[in-house]
Amino acid sequence: MGDDMDIGGAASSAVESFLKETSLYLAPDPEIMENHGLEPRTAYEDQCIAKESDPVRLEIVRERILAGVNESFEMLENMGAAPGAKWGDCVSAVYTASGDLSLASSGGVVIFCNLVQYPIKFVNKYWAGEPTVGIKEGDVFIVNDARYGQAHNTDQSMMMPVFHEGQIVAWAGATVHEGENGAIEPGGMPSLAEQIWDEGLKMSPFKVAENYKLRRDLVTFLQNSVREPKLQYADMKVKMYVCRRIETRIHEAIAEYGVEAVVAALRMNLEDTDAEVRRRLSEWPDGTTRHSWWTDGTLRENVQIKINLELTKKGDELTFDYRGSSPEFTNRSNNSLDITVKGMLAQLFLTFIWPDIPRNQGVLAPVKFIFDTPSVLKPAFGTPNAQSMMTVFTAWSAGQVCAMKLLYSNPHKYTRVLAPWFNMINTFLFGGLTQHGEMVGNVCADINGMGGGALADRDGEHGCAPIFATMSDIGEQEFIEEEMPFIQIVSKKMMKDNQGFGCQRGGMGYQMVLAMRDSPAFGFMLTAMGAKFPNIPGLFGGYGCPTYPLSRISGVDVFDILQKDPGSFRYSIEELMNERPFKDGKYTTHPMTIGYTLAKRGELYMISQGTGGGFGDPLDRDPKDVIRDLDEDLISHDVAWRIYRVVYNRETLHVDELATEEARNAARRARIAASKPFGEFCKEWVKDKPSGKVPYYGSWADKSLVHAGSPDVVHPAGQVNPPVIMTHPMQAKIDRLEAELAACREGKS
Amino acid sequence: MKVFITSMLNIDLDSERWECASCGHDIGDARHNYKEGLLARERDPSEIHAPILDAAKYDFTFAPDPDWCRIVEYCCPNCGRLAEVEYLPPGHPPAHDIELDIDALKAQWAKREALDKPVLGPDFVAPPHHH
Repeated sequence: MGDDMDIGGAASSAVESFLKETSLYLAPDPEIMENHGLEPRTAYEDQCIAKESDPVRLEIVRERILAGVNESFEMLENMGAAPGAKWGDCVSAVYTASGDLSLASSGGVVIFCNLVQYPIKFVNKYWAGEPTVGIKEGDVFIVNDARYGQAHNTDQSMMMPVFHEGQIVAWAGATVHEGENGAIEPGGMPSLAEQIWDEGLKMSPFKVAENYKLRRDLVTFLQNSVREPKLQYADMKVKMYVCRRIETRIHEAIAEYGVEAVVAALRMNLEDTDAEVRRRLSEWPDGTTRHSWWTDGTLRENVQIKINLELTKKGDELTFDYRGSSPEFTNRSNNSLDITVKGMLAQLFLTFIWPDIPRNQGVLAPVKFIFDTPSVLKPAFGTPNAQSMMTVFTAWSAGQVCAMKLLYSNPHKYTRVLAPWFNMINTFLFGGLTQHGEMVGNVCADINGMGGGALADRDGEHGCAPIFATMSDIGEQEFIEEEMPFIQIVSKKMMKDNQGFGCQRGGMGYQMVLAMRDSPAFGFMLTAMGAKFPNIPGLFGGYGCPTYPLSRISGVDVFDILQKDPGSFRYSIEELMNERPFKDGKYTTHPMTIGYTLAKRGELYMISQGTGGGFGDPLDRDPKDVIRDLDEDLISHDVAWRIYRVVYNRETLHVDELATEEARNAARRARIAASKPFGEFCKEWVKDKPSGKVPYYGSWADKSLVHAGSPDVVHPAGQVNPPVIMTHPMQAKIDRLEAELAACREGKS
Repeated sequence: MKVFITSMLNIDLDSERWECASCGHDIGDARHNYKEGLLARERDPSEIHAPILDAAKYDFTFAPDPDWCRIVEYCCPNCGRLAEVEYLPPGHPPAHDIELDIDALKAQWAKREALDKPVLGPDFVAPPHHH
């Protein structure tokens, strides 16, 4: 007999019970976190469905509850104190008693509520039978630690059990991107976080209210843990009352239709969604599409980070295989949890592919995921993830491209094929003392100003919406300026030539030129990739976006200049930076990844929102559309000729159609002449490893092997040893300067 | 029967061949990578995304860094239209981006009517705003 012990029946149960009672630490439960699918039907759900199965009646009940959820979302958006709540970066939802997301509000951010299933399941599993906690009517639980189930730690969710005759029949939930969470930098998304303990507040799911009343002792503790104590309290109240409104509407539905109808409607909504998604997937062609993309930094340094995707559709199932993506960065915040990737991809299907499908987690039931563990998309438990968006957005865009390549041939579409949406949060995070003496830390609503991708027959929309919340808003700048000590001097003005070129062009991004005033201590930070390598491609022959820098003019007070010499001001980044109109100014460009930096009054910080990808060959673009863009100052004469090859009179903008056709034909002939057959091209182009000019992370040709910074050293994917630990950028700078100094001294001696 | 795989590429199910959606040029075996039948060329990214800020004055200009990124264009050898554009680190192998199960595709389309043009899908209806 070997060392294995055969512990049967009662003994096994005793061991289990002993281990449960003596657990020193309840970490996120892999059994919960690894399962994005539906919980099995409970016996009670079976009973309810046996009694109530008429689809028409269940649909009426579903719509009744959805109306209540939508009402609660209106409350959340209108009463929420966080800037995020005001522009729709929030959501409310109903979950089954087991914790599955069944009904999300029609507006808001689906990823948020899709991830709240995990903390509810944690509460059900660990706190229901725990004598020191328990779950009673009127209890409310709170969570923000992404590892237990949130998109990122800057979001806070509250969850309330809905009881009927002493039994939990559903859960209500509300989530808001609160922003501030007491991290090492203000605003809740610290790029400086090198350890999870730099990320600020870490709320595992716990009870924060009893009998519908917040516990002030806990609220006070939380207020002391963040930079915006009033916001913390205000939004906890708002979220609790949003949950309560949902609870009220569920109780009313129970009173009208019976509890069985309500429970059956919530469960069947999930099962019907799963079945319909499988039916729709069956309409797609079987096969594999592949797309790799690269982000160009960790937010602390510029390095090339691969996100690798193979999307395989077979029968009625879809598999996202992200193996070969970059290793994790042990002391950087740009790692994404796998649940965040999954939640974002639910959003891809629910808003960009099947917007008519009920918004619940059944949409991902037929979908499988494969990751290297650990990797940048599935890091170890102790690895920071506060800036997961920097990686997850790229993973999402890879998914969008792969899905579109499977979708185009399908004769039964529920929305249109779309070139990639811009995917990066080109915006400012801010923090400090306001003109009203309040301490704040948060993010500009321009996070939602991403340009839309082009369609087969239509240009993309300018500064439209973010990939994670198609119905959110970029807010009213004037309202923000009443509360915050900075002004956007140039705001919502499209940036010329910042275009995803194509037969149909991407929706363009606007410029933000801002300056701080009226505060003794206020600063900004930026957390966006894409200053070296663009963030998105185009589709089917269209081009992607350009790269985006931060431009700064320091050493000036622009408010003084505007008072004394207003004529010297220029109203675009291009003119301000190229003409350099202020003689004392220091003009610099940077990646859009600066850590929190105190601003001086009147210094200019300038960025641009990104453009969506173009669709199809730009030489096929209707010359009239090129001239319209020219007339609207969206493109320059250079782009009208260099990219679109349109011949026209520069004064009248009248198109010479014949000359344009000839010019385009000549360009196509030149293209053929300059190109090579694919095989011949690959012989010259393909190298067996990265160039070494840029630190490279991720696979090259073989997805089972990954680079960890060096072109010459590879590791089996998921087994990078030693792990990737980056040098502190300031130390790297000191080392470089000391080496230079030593070289100089040597030269002198 | 033709299946419109992308706006620039069809598959003829009878001959199992890729063809250019624009000029009908035969591109190759539908069971292989369509890129094998196209022409390819490398572009410096600033040829497409030209600097908006003066490159003589600034490190970051809105143009991608050629040490980090090159653009590979694939065009039809007959009509010269772009079928695909890839953004890659210098020397990175191009993707076999569309690999379909041709037998399954034939079986699927055996139950469908032939189309004379791609189906774009329902028209876009703007969602209501919440303010």
